Amino acid sequence: MRSFARLYAALDETTATNEKVAALAEYFRSAPPEDAAWAVHFLTGRRPKRLVSSPDLRRWAAEEAGVPEWLFEESYQAVGDLAETITLLLPEPAESGEERSLAWWVEERLLPLRGQDPSVQREEMVRAWRELDRRERFVWNKLITGAFRVGASVRLVERALALASGVEEGAISHRLMGGWEPTPEFFRRLVSMDVSDADVSRPYPFYLAYSLEAEPESLGDPAEWLAEWKWDGIRAQLIRRTGRTFLWSRGEELLNGRFPEVEEAAALLPDGSVLDGELLPWLGEAPLPFAQLQRRIGRTALSRKVLAEVPVVLVAYDLLEESGEDLRPLALSERRGRLLALLARTPSAGRLVLSPTVELPDWAAAVDARHRAREVGAEGLMLKRRASGYGIGRRRGDWWKWKVEPYSVDAVLMYAQPGSGRRAGLFTDYTFGVWDGEQLVAFAKAYAGLTDGEIRKVDAFVRRNTIEKHGPVRVVKPELVFELAFEGIQRSTRHKSGVAVRFPRMIRWRTDKPASQADTLATVRGMLAD
Amino acid sequence: MTLLRLTGQGLYCEAGGFHVDPWGSVDRAVVTHAHGDHVAWGCRHYLTSAEGAGVLRARLSDDAPIQAAPYGRSFDLNGVRVSLHPAGHILGSAQVRLEHRGEIWVVSGDYKTDPDPTCTPYEAVRCHTFVTESTFGLPIYRWPPQAEVLHEVNRWWRSNQDAGRTTLLYGYALGKAQRLLAGLDPAIGPILTHGAVERMTAAYRAGGVVLPPTTHAAAMERADRGRAIVIAPPSADGSTWIRRFGEHATGFASGWMLVRGTRRRRSLDRGFPLSDHVDWPSLMAAIDATGAERIWVTHGYTAPVVRWLRELGRDAVTVETRFEGERADLAVPEPGADPTEAE
Repeated sequence: MRSFARLYAALDETTATNEKVAALAEYFRSAPPEDAAWAVHFLTGRRPKRLVSSPDLRRWAAEEAGVPEWLFEESYQAVGDLAETITLLLPEPAESGEERSLAWWVEERLLPLRGQDPSVQREEMVRAWRELDRRERFVWNKLITGAFRVGASVRLVERALALASGVEEGAISHRLMGGWEPTPEFFRRLVSMDVSDADVSRPYPFYLAYSLEAEPESLGDPAEWLAEWKWDGIRAQLIRRTGRTFLWSRGEELLNGRFPEVEEAAALLPDGSVLDGELLPWLGEAPLPFAQLQRRIGRTALSRKVLAEVPVVLVAYDLLEESGEDLRPLALSERRGRLLALLARTPSAGRLVLSPTVELPDWAAAVDARHRAREVGAEGLMLKRRASGYGIGRRRGDWWKWKVEPYSVDAVLMYAQPGSGRRAGLFTDYTFGVWDGEQLVAFAKAYAGLTDGEIRKVDAFVRRNTIEKHGPVRVVKPELVFELAFEGIQRSTRHKSGVAVRFPRMIRWRTDKPASQADTLATVRGMLAD
Repeated sequence: MTLLRLTGQGLYCEAGGFHVDPWGSVDRAVVTHAHGDHVAWGCRHYLTSAEGAGVLRARLSDDAPIQAAPYGRSFDLNGVRVSLHPAGHILGSAQVRLEHRGEIWVVSGDYKTDPDPTCTPYEAVRCHTFVTESTFGLPIYRWPPQAEVLHEVNRWWRSNQDAGRTTLLYGYALGKAQRLLAGLDPAIGPILTHGAVERMTAAYRAGGVVLPPTTHAAAMERADRGRAIVIAPPSADGSTWIRRFGEHATGFASGWMLVRGTRRRRSLDRGFPLSDHVDWPSLMAAIDATGAERIWVTHGYTAPVVRWLRELGRDAVTVETRFEGERADLAVPEPGADPTEAE
């Protein structure tokens, strides 16, 4: 555990990518495979399901630290991270116990906590705290709270594994996809030079697009580009191999059982087929709003009613594997041709749909189509280079997403709350309102979009203009106006404003506008119509 | 009647006719120390400790109307007996003791009880009412042994040197910078200073504090690149001023660096939890040592400290300051703000 805690500290102490990769590679080289497997598991964002309830954890930590619960909460507000708060509050360990491996701590101490009686969990937690030194405690608390972010992206971990093993990065990345157990055997396979290791369920790494910020003309000749609608659904990879179907989300969650109509259609695909596409609620010729899809997400018990009202299809836009052959190096135009032919001979009853393209005689057509995107239920355009292979991760150059201009509203800051992580102790989480007559009505929460300098200024404003305090929430003088952007707007009975917006964020601080000139609820509701 | 009360200009002693650390220009100001949130410009008369008169002059002006009093010597201001006692925060920092008709009050200013070779150590003063700061008034703040932190700074400097990187260490120009200088190992390499630090360092040396030799960064030699450590105020971070040092690593010495989030949002390579304020256990011990019946809590986490003291059965209240309703964090001064601002 000590060397893993040291790795965590090393990653945390530097902002230099090279040093992070070096520290990771050094760890993977020297750690025993059973430890390295767990390290990969955690560092790639996998985590144990919550083992201990957060209120229990807070109470036990407060008791062990000898502080009342309110003071624990005050401390948490200043730190913004539960694991770190606990680490800072616990008394110094008397002496650290015997050194045990990461795998031992995870397998013998952490995982057995699941399902235990809270009194046993409490005893086990306190025992662990007393045995571990400060650094190890922090890692232990991070594992318990499940928020294991350390500033090393999956990409860096892959690069370090490649560096440590000599295996090519793409192979590492592929081997890390899908479902695997963090066993020593897994780690040995992961860093093995032997590539005959196909696993029938394993998806390919998803290729992701960058946002197009420049004008489309900057992409050159439109004839080299393929334009499709950008859908607002769930990106997914559909795999049919050896008579079995696997449906993976981009978050590498196995979706089997959630979308039976898609799986049913997939059973008709020939073995060795992998499709990339978007799961969308689709009725007739057009998608339903995303809110409808939410009725299906996370549900496995599906009523006849919901299946009839919100049928889901896979809108396929790429073919990654055909007859077991990896097609990713081929040009998109070639892959799309094969996809078209494959879908044409698969009687999927409309559950596997070829992603429609948008004619692109010139860039003006793209501009025009983008304007119409909302009418067809899309959130913009995808522009893909016809000659491009299917890459790994987010790369610049060949795939671009070009979203419609967001909705925008000038709203007044009403409430503020401290953030967490690197924004701990600063008021960074805001609630905004619009005018309904003389009254402000809260209509959106936003956290993102301000620069660090602006955040500090808003933070200072909040501290000096607090009217009321409700726990961590400050009610502030309605004075600051921000332009908020959001992607979609829906009627809502759960919100006082009667609307719910998607992905709200701040795009501009309207220092030029007094609060009285912010937008009205009528204006916001008016957006529902289009 | 209370000996001190809060006015629009800060704490005021009516009987004695003077303010303690006023917020604006007043007739007569007793100043605990020379940090920007304790000193106002333009007062007609300043009283400060003899040890601190030099730095206060460096902050105000050479001809500022400053009267200096040695620690411990009491004198009479309109019938109020006033004396200054070491606070251990920075050079010349003082607690103000007031005595009137048998009632004794002490205003702590900022203070720490940990040893610091650059100023006279804190001295507990018995009183009836103790007005204490609470900058780090949460139990998460417990300083690691400060000698170890300084040792770690030297180690970091050496490892940067091995990698051919200049070491940029940020700390407030008045107080923290000199404490860092006193803790650096000059055998490792040259020590460079930012102008704001150099000015305050000169005032320290004039006050008799022995510090290792330093060079103003403007006079840096090419060979210093990749070897030197540079002590600069935090406001220098990200400015064009640091380009001259070539490849470098950045660190910040401040109590706030104990919390990862505070360090990470500044994108620093290293944070060193070195503070000139009391941590939670020292704050509680200091309050106890005064034997005070009443505690006024100001400057920092006033609410939790007051509530904690009350739950222990103490008589405690919050005294608002104009400087940041509740917390002087922000570790990053606003652009244009005085880089010598205290933490």
